[in-house]
Amino acid sequence: MKMKVENLSVARGGVPVLEGLNFTLAPGQVLILRGPNGSGKTTLLRTLAGLQPPIAGAISADPENITYGAHADGLKATLTVEENLTFWASVHGIDTIAPAVEGFNLSGLTHRPSANLSAGQKRRLGLARLLVTGRPIWLLDEPTVSLDVASVGLFADAVRAHVAGGGAALIATHIDLGIDADTLDIGPFRADPKRGRDVQHRDGYADFDEAFL
Amino acid sequence: MSLWEFANPVKFMALSGKVLPWVIALAVLTLVPGMVWGFFFTPEAVNFGNSVKIIYIHVPSAMMAINIWAMMLVTSLIWIVRRHHVSVRAAKAAALIGVTMTVIALITGAIWGEPMWGTYWAWDPRLTSFLILFLFYLGYMALWAAIEDPDTAADLTSVLCIVGSVFALLSRYAVNFWNQGLHQGASLSVDKEEHVADVYYLPLLLCIAGFVLLFVALVLIRTRTELRLVRLHRLEIRERMKDA
Amino acid sequence: MIALLIRDMRLAMRAGGGFGLGLAFFLIVSTLVPFGVGPEAAILSRIAPGILWVGALLACLLSLDRIFQLDFEDGSLDLLATAPIPMEGTVAIKALAHWLVTGLPLTLAAPAFGALMNLQSPGHFWIFVTLLIGTPALSMIGAFGAALTVGLKRGGLLLSLLVLPLYIPTLIFGAEAATRGTAGLSALTPLLMMAGITAGSIALLPFAAAAALRINLR
Repeated sequence: MKMKVENLSVARGGVPVLEGLNFTLAPGQVLILRGPNGSGKTTLLRTLAGLQPPIAGAISADPENITYGAHADGLKATLTVEENLTFWASVHGIDTIAPAVEGFNLSGLTHRPSANLSAGQKRRLGLARLLVTGRPIWLLDEPTVSLDVASVGLFADAVRAHVAGGGAALIATHIDLGIDADTLDIGPFRADPKRGRDVQHRDGYADFDEAFL
Repeated sequence: MSLWEFANPVKFMALSGKVLPWVIALAVLTLVPGMVWGFFFTPEAVNFGNSVKIIYIHVPSAMMAINIWAMMLVTSLIWIVRRHHVSVRAAKAAALIGVTMTVIALITGAIWGEPMWGTYWAWDPRLTSFLILFLFYLGYMALWAAIEDPDTAADLTSVLCIVGSVFALLSRYAVNFWNQGLHQGASLSVDKEEHVADVYYLPLLLCIAGFVLLFVALVLIRTRTELRLVRLHRLEIRERMKDA
Repeated sequence: MIALLIRDMRLAMRAGGGFGLGLAFFLIVSTLVPFGVGPEAAILSRIAPGILWVGALLACLLSLDRIFQLDFEDGSLDLLATAPIPMEGTVAIKALAHWLVTGLPLTLAAPAFGALMNLQSPGHFWIFVTLLIGTPALSMIGAFGAALTVGLKRGGLLLSLLVLPLYIPTLIFGAEAATRGTAGLSALTPLLMMAGITAGSIALLPFAAAAALRINLR
């Protein structure tokens, strides 16, 4: 499952943040997304995941093949680790949560409500969710926040296993995961606030922004 | 040249700027004579006395209250389908005028109702429907006010306007049913058509035309302001982004 | 979809889920009304169906903001939006879960609470039937309102302002049917009208609510 991104422009709050982005994410590939805070990494990932429409360009991958891991883990505090994982597994039609539990070293915690987990344990549970989606393309936004060195190792192992099985991952992170990966620096694609007119807006007016500015 | 040309904010601003003074002039030229004619040069009605003359405000404002919501529905649909900014800003602009018209209709109705029926308020189907319409306007405007991002606000209020229209219509039928059901044969009829004689009819027509023109003038002014607000919002965001 | 329903039910039942709050509120309203209008049995029994309907409606309103707000805050809604369940299905299931933990208990409790207001004999049956048919519409319309306001920090009050006007037709037909039935008159017409609103809401509003959710997630 290959994701090809052509001439993509994404906007936040109606204002372009990234323009003319081109890259490919092939099966077996890990792409590290780099860029300073506020440069549009999250906006890009949300657009790729299909949560918001791009203002221009094309994404070849079907959102059905993508899973998105955000800052927020989507965990329910009153549900146990097992219940949280089982829920996402059945939503995605996956039968077993065992590999996810083992992969992120959650075996001793399965019956604990996630409210009683530490920040790092919660994060591990959030990442374990990726393994029960069964989807080939992972889009991850700062996945290693609040993880200790050992847990980062677990995460890196999970990513390696995932790409070895033909999956792919696009990861926005500031740390070195120790994974064999390519880098995508979005710095050069930052939208020039003055160049809004070049973006063909979905209204069909090339000079759309000019109309307002 | 198609009508959609004016969906472009620049073209709309240019044209509306030129048209606006003429619309205002026309509104004044119909509304003032209509009101003066209606208030001072029509005979007093036998049964109603002077109070009947409030129809020159009451009837046009009530008509506008409903028609403005209908216009908002159309412009909201245009935004949803074709995403023309002027359209949805016009809907927002119209809401404020619409709610004002609704309040005017309710208040003049109450003032008129007191000498006519001996009460300021009755749960007559028509009165009740207007009260409900007022609530719908309030909700629509409150949603606009609550959302910061202009495009998100435009999308959500349009969805609300469309769904709200269906429920407003349902409410109208429900209210008719409800009142007939409990108070068989309502003793108060607000049906003006029966009462209005020709002497009152012509100035009334003039007043209605005046209210329509007044609405067009006001909605143009408000829409222009709304478009400038969007522009201001975008400028602010860009400034913030330059700093980042 | 079943998994989502089970999860939402479980969340509502667990500590802090708010299950029973609506029911307690309904009981308090039913208790307060006689304090307000006086203990006269004749007056109370005449207004009982209407008061029970208004009380149930307000109790329903109380928990609406929970339908999507918590899932929005913890990121679940993003994940649900990218999950294989269509957004319309998510909305419908969440409205159903809201009805099961709010509307259904209210419906079951209403005939009993009617005793507090001297509800007369066929009234218990009619208040039960009308609420059973009407409360699903309240949950569905409420889910639409909740979808509109999900992105807002303090959307609770706004949600009430948006949803209450939309509740008017359901309330009118529901209370009318209950009142007529209690008085021994034919309640068929308002009952059918309300059933129509419920059916229409369930059929169409998930699409509007899903559209609103997608807009809010952008």
